[in-house]
Amino acid sequence: MSTVVSGAAAVATETGKRLAAAEGLNATLSWSQDLLDAEATRVDSMAEPGPLAGMALALKDNIVTVEQPSTCASRILEGYVSPYNATVVGRLRAAGAMIAVKANMDEFAMGSSTEHSAFGRVKHPLAPDRVPGGSSGGSAALVAAGVVPAALGSETGGSVRQPASFCGVVGVKPSYGRVSRYGLVAFGSSLDCISVFGRTVKDAAQVLSVMSGSDPLDATTVNRPPMRVPEPLQNLRGLTVGVPREYFPPDLHAGVAAALRATIARVRELGGEIRELSLPNSSYAVPTYYIIAPAEAAANLARYDGVRYGPRRIGPEGDIRSLYRATRGQGFGQEVQRRILIGTYVLSAGYYDAYYKKAQQVRSLIAQDFRRAFESGIDLLLTPTTPTPAFKAGEKTDDPVAMYLADIFVCSVNLAGLPAVSIPAGRSEGLPIGAQLIAPAFEEERLLAAAAALERVIPAAAEVR
Amino acid sequence: MTKWETVIGLEVHVQLRTRTKMFCADQTTFGDPPNTNLCPVCLGLPGALPVPNAEAIRLATLGALALGCTVHEKSVFARKNYFYPDLPKGYQISQFDRPLATGGSVSFDSSERGRVRVGITRLHVEEDAGKLVHDRFPGKTAVDLNRAGIPLAEIVSEPDLRSPIEARAYLTTLRQILVYAGVSDCSMEQGSLRVDANISIRLAGESRLGTKTEVKNMNSFANVERALEAERARQVALVETGQRVEQVTLLFNAVTGQVKPTRSKEESHDYRYFPDPDLPPLVLSPTWIAEQRTGLPELPDAKRARLETEYALPVYDARVITSEAELAQYFEAVVDAGADPKIAANWVMADVMTTFNDRGNFPVSPVKLAGLIGLVREGTLSLQAAKRVYAELAQAPDQDPRATAERLGLIQVSDQGALAGWVDEVLTAHPAEVARYHAGETKLLSFFVGQVMKRSKGKADPKGVQPVLQERLQRMVKSAAR
Repeated sequence: MSTVVSGAAAVATETGKRLAAAEGLNATLSWSQDLLDAEATRVDSMAEPGPLAGMALALKDNIVTVEQPSTCASRILEGYVSPYNATVVGRLRAAGAMIAVKANMDEFAMGSSTEHSAFGRVKHPLAPDRVPGGSSGGSAALVAAGVVPAALGSETGGSVRQPASFCGVVGVKPSYGRVSRYGLVAFGSSLDCISVFGRTVKDAAQVLSVMSGSDPLDATTVNRPPMRVPEPLQNLRGLTVGVPREYFPPDLHAGVAAALRATIARVRELGGEIRELSLPNSSYAVPTYYIIAPAEAAANLARYDGVRYGPRRIGPEGDIRSLYRATRGQGFGQEVQRRILIGTYVLSAGYYDAYYKKAQQVRSLIAQDFRRAFESGIDLLLTPTTPTPAFKAGEKTDDPVAMYLADIFVCSVNLAGLPAVSIPAGRSEGLPIGAQLIAPAFEEERLLAAAAALERVIPAAAEVR
Repeated sequence: MTKWETVIGLEVHVQLRTRTKMFCADQTTFGDPPNTNLCPVCLGLPGALPVPNAEAIRLATLGALALGCTVHEKSVFARKNYFYPDLPKGYQISQFDRPLATGGSVSFDSSERGRVRVGITRLHVEEDAGKLVHDRFPGKTAVDLNRAGIPLAEIVSEPDLRSPIEARAYLTTLRQILVYAGVSDCSMEQGSLRVDANISIRLAGESRLGTKTEVKNMNSFANVERALEAERARQVALVETGQRVEQVTLLFNAVTGQVKPTRSKEESHDYRYFPDPDLPPLVLSPTWIAEQRTGLPELPDAKRARLETEYALPVYDARVITSEAELAQYFEAVVDAGADPKIAANWVMADVMTTFNDRGNFPVSPVKLAGLIGLVREGTLSLQAAKRVYAELAQAPDQDPRATAERLGLIQVSDQGALAGWVDEVLTAHPAEVARYHAGETKLLSFFVGQVMKRSKGKADPKGVQPVLQERLQRMVKSAAR
């Protein structure tokens, strides 16, 4: 009798080797071979293998699991282990996925480069001096480096599509309400979506399909049947693809512009119709986002007070106020503190109407832009995912607004709650460029079928001209 | 009275009578060991999300309808942000600018102003915070989060109350309505009803409100009245000596009967309310709201009126019996079991109410009480004997009224032969009184009745004794004349 190394066990071993080899990227916050092996044993003993049997997935560190710490890359949750699993963790494991890797990120998902991680930034797998994007940069880098075939990130304002674009992988953000947020550590609750990176559209779609569906533990999930994995379209005949003017400014990076021109050409070659249009409120997306998300974050992060869990720091006065100040002042990084201050300010008496209420009104207008576009006969929108390829580490750390503008093409989708995907669209000077497709709410199947068709005809790793 | 008019508005928090908490599945049991009814949601753990308790919404809706409020088809949960160690999330989920219900009223009879109608500004749903425990660990404060997430309805009145006595009457009426509707136990001892009061004074006839203060920490309705009396006196004394009333929060001390300002907070709280993005707006269909209205149990005023007409009860009786929903329910069950309504009312207001107040329940079933009342009516038991049987049944509810009466030897004897026997014995034993009776001192008849009752150890039916006595005394006259 010989020992047969079964499917999942072999994957666990291989994944462990690749993780060890990729340590230099600083893309993980915790993983262990023992845990990987235990997951493999569990998967190999499953009666029904499941659609994700033996797939090793990395999870952004803001998705809680009971086996590993969930720190959100913050000192304030250093060593914190959740006593419960996120809903998606249970669903993925039931489908045969192996979950034993937690990925680095910007602290509490606030950032676009992973440079706000309390545990050091992630290196771009193709260009170590550059950032992988963020906030889900660790997950993106692990997929780009070939360590795992797919990984979970989370989006509040483009935090999966932007790093997917930077790293040259697929990044899918589902409609708000499609995937349970139970167990996703909240940042901006009305925007947060667990989202997926994959090397291919199909891998990402499979993971998303398993996670999707309503959850009695999340009142914001929508009661719809789970998303199915679509068959890739053979062509795009009959599809009208809208190209919004506002996403192609004159100063758009030349490589990005070239990649998008090429993608538009591919759409036409596949029989799709290209139609130019305007989304007039696009320019308000970033300011609107930077009112709503911090306001919600300020409330969501109030619970980290050192009273019940996480490191507690006693302040000099020794009273409870002082404990709060010391715990939060030392536990949160600068960017998180900045956003808590912004969020507290915009909700303050006397400022609420001018900021938060106004931002909600603009948010409705942004959503209305998209709705009108789709009602006018447009099936999908095509835009660049980011205005530039991956930037250099340190380039924007002293200029928060410049960092925020890295999300200019992605965050309106979060405000409108729509599904969108970033697919690799070629490279510029060796750096990946992403093309973004946006669909009406809950039209993930249309979105991903078209993305898969384009994926087949775009030479993702080729230099664009 | 004085030239000062008192203006009072009350904020009442009642615990909705649910099995589980407002936004999670933890138990709401009172008195469990600290920090045992907890889960990721009510602990505010990272990633946990609230899901509204449908039963809490239903009960709050019932309460709102019972108070005559308009229940809104759309209301919004909001976050009330502040830091406190008993508040796990750093915010309380409440309702702010879109409450569940608005615009109801509570009416009661004021000893000073006759029928008073107090407006209900709003009723909204929220979760409770935990509790700080200061006396468990010396020099330290502990946190018990069992109460965190308990469902509450906050009921805010208009400033329509004009005296501490009215405040107390309002609370008694409000409590009665909510208990009747099954919305809350409204027990101040168990913390399922809490009262905060806003009070100001102004010159009689003035329409502008004076500066109000908020009074807290009152653990009974009587203490609400006492605290408001104390605060009214304090405000009057201030104003009459040329000082001003400052807008402060005061705590009532039940031992001293005084109110004391809390340590003045330098900055007033800015709660930064905003709609809770974890909870979609609460949408209730008009049909569902109408169903709840239909399903509303009979409320105290209606029940009182009905008891007066349907059972011809005196106003006083109907008021006493309807003071507690359970008492009224018991009363009607006794009548349904065949008892005369007025007799049943007498029982309920006396022996039944005493046991209910002592024990909080009804050990003697309505059917058994009706049986007991029947035994009295048919002459089998005297009222006094029936009360002894009742006391016995209250101790041993499984027993049968008649069997108990027999066992205690309390069955009344109305048999002519037996009665005649006792009567003859009594007349033989008291020749002097018999002679005086025959000489015209007829009021001695009641003396003979008493002696017969004594001799029969209370078993003789007093109604049967009198004719037998008269008949015997009559016969004695005839035989003497012969």
